[in-house]
Amino acid sequence: MIISVASGKGGTGKTTVTSSLVSVWDKPVAAVDLDVEEPNLHLFLRPEIDKVSTVDMEIPKADDAKCTHCRKCADLCSFKAITVMAETLLVFEEMCHGCGGCLAICPEDALTPGARPLGTLEEGKSGDKPYLMGRLRIGEAMSPPLMRHVKKRLDQVIGETGRDAIIDSPPGVSCPAVASVIDSDFIVLVTEPTPFGFHDFKLAWEAFTPLGKPMGVVVNRAGIGDRSVQDFCAEKGLPILAEIPFDRAVAEGYSKGQVVAEVSDDLKRVFESLRDAIRREAAHA
Amino acid sequence: MREILVISGKGGTGKTSLTGAFAHLATDKVLCDLDVDAPDLHILLSPEDHKKEDFVSGNEAVIDPDLCTGCGTCAEMCRFDAVRETGDGLYEVDPLRCEGCNVCVTFCPAQAVKFPAKHCGTWGIGETRFGPMVHARLFPGEENSGRLVSLLKQHAREVAKEKGLGTVLCDGAPGIGCPVISSLSGTDLAVIVTEPTLSGQHDLERVADLCEHFRIRPTVLVNKFDLNPEQTERIEAYCSERNYEVVAKLPHDSIVVEAMVERKVVTEMPDSPFTDTLRSAWARIEELSEQCASASK
Repeated sequence: MIISVASGKGGTGKTTVTSSLVSVWDKPVAAVDLDVEEPNLHLFLRPEIDKVSTVDMEIPKADDAKCTHCRKCADLCSFKAITVMAETLLVFEEMCHGCGGCLAICPEDALTPGARPLGTLEEGKSGDKPYLMGRLRIGEAMSPPLMRHVKKRLDQVIGETGRDAIIDSPPGVSCPAVASVIDSDFIVLVTEPTPFGFHDFKLAWEAFTPLGKPMGVVVNRAGIGDRSVQDFCAEKGLPILAEIPFDRAVAEGYSKGQVVAEVSDDLKRVFESLRDAIRREAAHA
Repeated sequence: MREILVISGKGGTGKTSLTGAFAHLATDKVLCDLDVDAPDLHILLSPEDHKKEDFVSGNEAVIDPDLCTGCGTCAEMCRFDAVRETGDGLYEVDPLRCEGCNVCVTFCPAQAVKFPAKHCGTWGIGETRFGPMVHARLFPGEENSGRLVSLLKQHAREVAKEKGLGTVLCDGAPGIGCPVISSLSGTDLAVIVTEPTLSGQHDLERVADLCEHFRIRPTVLVNKFDLNPEQTERIEAYCSERNYEVVAKLPHDSIVVEAMVERKVVTEMPDSPFTDTLRSAWARIEELSEQCASASK
């Protein structure tokens, strides 16, 4: 089973929930950080990274000498990543999505496969649990291709060992967030009961509902703000799997890089019951 | 004209609450919410829109089942795993995975793939109690947020020009990817809001690197500094090493959430040490942005 921990926006406690769930998960499990723009899970789970590999994306390399300026590549490209300007074939590497269309269409072999580094895939172990993360190169705009790479590696790990996986997803509700949760079996939506939190929570609900995945909610910092999240969940029949009380000890523990489930026995029990609730809801689905 | 961008590298640091307060404190400005993915500034500023438009960007592949011969070329060539068999020997495109690259459209031998333009969201210009505001909403799950960010900035600049306003104040997107890179373009000063946590420092360093990459001067504001004074010291040490000024340290104060619940900005609440610090922070940000703007001219 793959569980994705997502949130409409950042700062709601996604990494708190992911790291704590990994800590209390009592079956073989892998921890994965797919928030490749701002990976933070490693700060809490402190894995020993034993393998770092560069992840490239295929982009076209132009050979101007072979180009007859037929413009077929430029006409095909939706991302304006390739153009013919005054008899020169130009590739704007940063704009390329790596669809391979220009390579396939060029009649003169003037375009050959090249590479652009997206970032790194880092692998290791947190205790006895496999740990995977992606880290986007500074200045690189496209995170989904790097995420796809991390997910492919995760599929291998799951295939080899049959373990569960808990994924820390990117914040927001646009392409990276959807790319992250699309292949999971259960989505845990973390939110906080404030007007900002509620607004973003509704967007996340709208974004993820069409995926048809079972979904449950964790209300973090319960006790601040108002009850709109809880009311909305009741109205839509969305199960609230856990409420993590607003507590300065949680915030301080988090600030020091502590796994919140390990801060106190009470908090540990909150996450154990969250674990059981996820299993129950996923089994019903 | 100068452009100030509030960013944080990650969400939840208080970026939008602080931008809202700066919107109150700044004179002569147009406001712009560039967090098109999960915009929140409108919750505090309640803009009344006098202009609202669709955001259409990119295209989406759709296979016409009447023309599809089931040859599978589209599925074979799609690098995004967006094309799948329907079970009756035909193929269809999963809109959530389609990047709109045009490959299946171009190579389908039966010309069965249509490529309509995509309606990805809406954007508008409104009036708030603190001045004009340009903002948008990307439909959940959509991409091209970088393009929408550029469009918003362009309109914010036009509004500033038309109305003779000296400052464009932007609430940026979280992260360091596509929308943030777009947000940074043309910015004079980036105000990075951070918090004293391990992840806060990690994200601060990454977003500061991104600013340097694009040669934009960052300045730093530490929010909730008293949650972990030691970590705050480490952030200050990092900033002084990199020559970034820390414009303010704000305590963890429930006034921020209280204001939010009332749909107010923090500086509209009764005066407190928190709001005093915020006022002096804004004064300093104005000075710094002035310096950066004149240096770039």
